[in-house]
Amino acid sequence: MIAARVWKFGDDINTDLMLPGSVISKSPEEQARAVFAANRPGWIDQMKRGDAIVAGRNFGMGSNRPASRSLRNIGVGFLLAESINGLFFRNSVNFGFLAVECPGVFAAFEEGDTAELELDGDWRVRNPRTGAVLSPPRVPDQLMRLMRGGGIFPLLEAEGLIARRAT
Amino acid sequence: MGMNIAEKILAAASGAAQVVPGEIAIVEVGTCVLTDMNFFPASWREILKIKDPGKVVIVLDHFIPANDPQSAGAHTTARQFAKKFGIARFHDVGHDQGISHVVTADQAYALPGTVLVNADSHTCGGGALNCAARGVGLPEMLFAVTTGRSWFRVGETIRYELSGRLKPGVSAKDVFLHIAGIFGAHVNQNVEFGGPGMAGLSLNARRTLAIMGTELSAEFVIFEPDDQLLDYVRARNKAPFTPQWPDADARYKERRALDLGTIEPLVALPDAVVNSSVPVGQVAGQAIDQAFIGSCANGTLDDFAVAARVMAGHRVAPGVRLIVTPGSQAIFRAALAAGYVETLSTAGAIVTSATCGACVGGHMGVLGPGEVCITASTRNFKGRMGDPSARIYMASPATVAASAIAGRIASAADYFAGDIQ
Repeated sequence: MIAARVWKFGDDINTDLMLPGSVISKSPEEQARAVFAANRPGWIDQMKRGDAIVAGRNFGMGSNRPASRSLRNIGVGFLLAESINGLFFRNSVNFGFLAVECPGVFAAFEEGDTAELELDGDWRVRNPRTGAVLSPPRVPDQLMRLMRGGGIFPLLEAEGLIARRAT
Repeated sequence: MGMNIAEKILAAASGAAQVVPGEIAIVEVGTCVLTDMNFFPASWREILKIKDPGKVVIVLDHFIPANDPQSAGAHTTARQFAKKFGIARFHDVGHDQGISHVVTADQAYALPGTVLVNADSHTCGGGALNCAARGVGLPEMLFAVTTGRSWFRVGETIRYELSGRLKPGVSAKDVFLHIAGIFGAHVNQNVEFGGPGMAGLSLNARRTLAIMGTELSAEFVIFEPDDQLLDYVRARNKAPFTPQWPDADARYKERRALDLGTIEPLVALPDAVVNSSVPVGQVAGQAIDQAFIGSCANGTLDDFAVAARVMAGHRVAPGVRLIVTPGSQAIFRAALAAGYVETLSTAGAIVTSATCGACVGGHMGVLGPGEVCITASTRNFKGRMGDPSARIYMASPATVAASAIAGRIASAADYFAGDIQ
């Protein structure tokens, strides 16, 4: 079980807000500093590593830019949203960012609540303050393995298709 | 149970007799399109093997010619990769330059009945060519190039049955704004266009509509094939292909009838593309600083034709900038030959070389604090074209051109008053 402090965001949060065009050719570190700079300036300094985002419909709409990587890099522990944009979800799988669709989640949490996410056995999301329990639909195992295993690059490295990055 | 177009293409590409919504289809990819965005150090990894160089296309498009040293470095990496693996279809800065979705349509690299992937969200524009084209992630492009495969979660499909004919001065962009305003987002759904009204839509209009399907958050956006399309493709690409029509008993989440003749010019209000459309009259009079016509959605020759028609004999209003960016250099040359570039330039417009440019807030038309822009491009999100305090209205090229002349948002209806529907 993972427990995290909740930050709430609304419907249709687009990836231009998470990764503005002004930093699109910059380093992942610079990109991470710009998360939600236009719609929620200062949030990046308020949130702490491991915190969760709870959002409304169509989270991650718009551009394919690697916004999931920025959320992962600033330390967002997981995302729970009413629905997740298809391309953002793909990128979350690719970059190893834990993103879970969970109908009913927006109404079930206030900002500052703790969200408990259980991914062993039956999937469960629980709000310990209210006792509310939700059952998010499972993501296919093959995608979960990528999403929780660091994404697609480690897989391609293991198969000898791309070079290991010199670190 | 019959299948719709998206399901038939995914089934064929995955070697299955049938696919159904909800399942994950692992498919053979017909065409992999890489852009300059793939080659920035943050996204690029050295590829050791590729599956088939003949299936790879490289198009530098977002930041061309290079706007800063980082972009220049990405372009160098792309050139080295193209040379190392012998990628023949490499669109570098120069004669064959363009926006990837425009180039893949100009050259008919997007083949009917096949799967195409590209790490840019507007890839579904290939659906105008009956291609199951979709934006995937940057790392997934490395997966597709090295393994020849990709995966898709099969979505439900909404079918739009087109009838009637657009009124003069109304364009594909207005059709999109109509759909986005009434039906909103199509998250995790495919969009299929067909019906008798399709015949009256040029291939360029279909390209605009398919590109804008991205803004509905759709998965695939696919048009039925017709003779206009198949003749176009066969004249440009000698590779074999099997176009796909829907089965007679195809299953859809919903069928929606759309009479093109009922659609009026619309404008999307700042910060949102869907559920944001209002009639032009509702925002007419709003002063503007910049007008933009371009991007993969509105840099077609049709868009140049309509912009030139509106601008002919007029001047861009003092204090306003009109920037027009073609989708490809091939379109630029065609616009030059048709006299559109001269007309626009004489009217005071800046006609740039082909690139994503101002649409992505990259260069050649970035907005400053508090500025107001009306754009015929793909997105009007907060901060999209520059400073987050800029306000971006989105409309058709005709409305944008008429607004540039007026110096404020204005209807283009008078410029088309004599036309017959």
